[in-house]
Amino acid sequence: MQWETVIGLEVHTQLTTQSKIFSGASTAFGAEPNRQACGVDIALPGVLPVLNKGAVERAIRFGLAIGARLNRVNVFARKNYFYPDLPKGYQISQFELPIVEGGTLTIQVGDQEKTVRITRAHLEEDAGKSLHEDFHGMTGIDLNRAGTPLLEIVSEPDMRSAKEAVAYAKALHTLVTWIGTCDGNMQEGSFRVDANVSVRPKGQQEFGTRREIKNLNSFRFLEQAIDYEVRWQIAQIEDGHKIQQATVLFDADTGETRMMRTKEDAHDYRYFPDPDLLPVKLEEDWIEQVKAAMPELPQAKQARYTGEFGLSAYDAATLTASRAMADYFEAVAAALAKADAKLAANWVMGELSAALNKAELDIAMSPIPAERLARLLGRIQDGTLSGKLARQVFDIMWTEGGEPDVIIEAKGLRQMSDNGEIERIIDEVLAANPKSVEEFRAGKEKAFNALVGQVMKATKGKANPAQVNELLRARLAG
Amino acid sequence: MSLSPDDVKRIAHLARIRVTDAEAEHTRGQLNGIFDLIAAMQAVDTAGVAPMAHARDVFQRLRADVVTEPDRRDAYQAAAPQTEAGLYLVPKVIE
Repeated sequence: MQWETVIGLEVHTQLTTQSKIFSGASTAFGAEPNRQACGVDIALPGVLPVLNKGAVERAIRFGLAIGARLNRVNVFARKNYFYPDLPKGYQISQFELPIVEGGTLTIQVGDQEKTVRITRAHLEEDAGKSLHEDFHGMTGIDLNRAGTPLLEIVSEPDMRSAKEAVAYAKALHTLVTWIGTCDGNMQEGSFRVDANVSVRPKGQQEFGTRREIKNLNSFRFLEQAIDYEVRWQIAQIEDGHKIQQATVLFDADTGETRMMRTKEDAHDYRYFPDPDLLPVKLEEDWIEQVKAAMPELPQAKQARYTGEFGLSAYDAATLTASRAMADYFEAVAAALAKADAKLAANWVMGELSAALNKAELDIAMSPIPAERLARLLGRIQDGTLSGKLARQVFDIMWTEGGEPDVIIEAKGLRQMSDNGEIERIIDEVLAANPKSVEEFRAGKEKAFNALVGQVMKATKGKANPAQVNELLRARLAG
Repeated sequence: MSLSPDDVKRIAHLARIRVTDAEAEHTRGQLNGIFDLIAAMQAVDTAGVAPMAHARDVFQRLRADVVTEPDRRDAYQAAAPQTEAGLYLVPKVIE
């Protein structure tokens, strides 16, 4: 039997506000326990939530970025459940009228492009944290995270493999960090993924019964968890069992998923509109202001890079992997004396990316600023440096810092371009290698390459190979 | 619509309210009375009337995204039954 996997993702993105969604407490990460949990966050009697404009603004930004419908009137609801890290006994979320509905995200899987539909994105508050280490048999509660604004982004079940799910999660991660609604820090829990997974016989219309894998905080775990879950579900069905709707957890140590709760003991959240909060109205002029302040989005940039700059689709995709990368590339390209986007792209994706990867640095932390790299490339363009010499200068710029022109002078790395000087060295090389000369005259092209090599060696790699080629051929012909 | 005694028990459990059988039966009568009211309202023709999320026809005021709350942990924790290392302690919960 041929099986088809069906996956939908729910992603909790923590919004980049300074203060919480319903209180004026700070959202900064890493504070001492409960130092950033105010009366609203710990649910003292009589407190009232007041909605943070910054959180709503970020939700609008996201809605615009995916071409979604923004509900001009949207409503907060109470999601009721009891857990000590949720002191009110309910989470304020959105249910029937979320702020964002619809929209799409285009993903790249191999060389295939695919559009994933987004169902909705709603604003809600995060819960606190339970620490189950031993406090004399009790649980410790830290409410610093309680009330942190989240935008939960729910996709349609449009993905058909773990690879597609990862591609979608990565594209979403790029987008939310690009538009600055989320910092994307997965270790700190700013971007958490739940995966709804089911399988069905290929060709069948109805979906199979799904199980939800909770709280995946890395792309690698997402892929491993789905792969395991799919194999497990197929094996269950082939053994004659039925899949039961359930919530499962992924154990990174064993690489397996295990049951957390079944549908029978699933929560009954009893959603209802929160009487403490009035409906939210999005005014048209506000939406227009947010739209005007939006950065150029990755897809628009890619189209411009292939069109205006003549780069390949692959290069365009690589350069727009993050906004910092695209900004850096554009700064280099703009600073070049002679426009040559391909040269800028090659160096940003090549030498620079390799050095950054090796040092585990983000491009925003590059020790070589974009304008300085452009000045180096300018020296290739004006013939001062060969590609090889430029790489040497680059290495020095990377390790010791400094301006390319200063390094070229100090280290004598200028490319030799004086015909007379090169010809003098050619004569010396020819005199020292009579055998190669003889072989070349007898028709051996290999001997010519050997002579070029000798000349390059004699110039310590500073001659322009094309120029050496030309002069050498002329000399041997004469 | 009419609630069964089990419905009442379940609702009470969801709200973490302990009820005796006598209390559940008494409450069932009250709740069924409320459901009669709802049934009467649902009989009204509301075609063309927008659903209402709040009793007042005004919209939410938004606050600027600035940190305004000072750290008052010590004052809050003075009222907590048990704390340690800055944490509120509660009976052990493992889901």
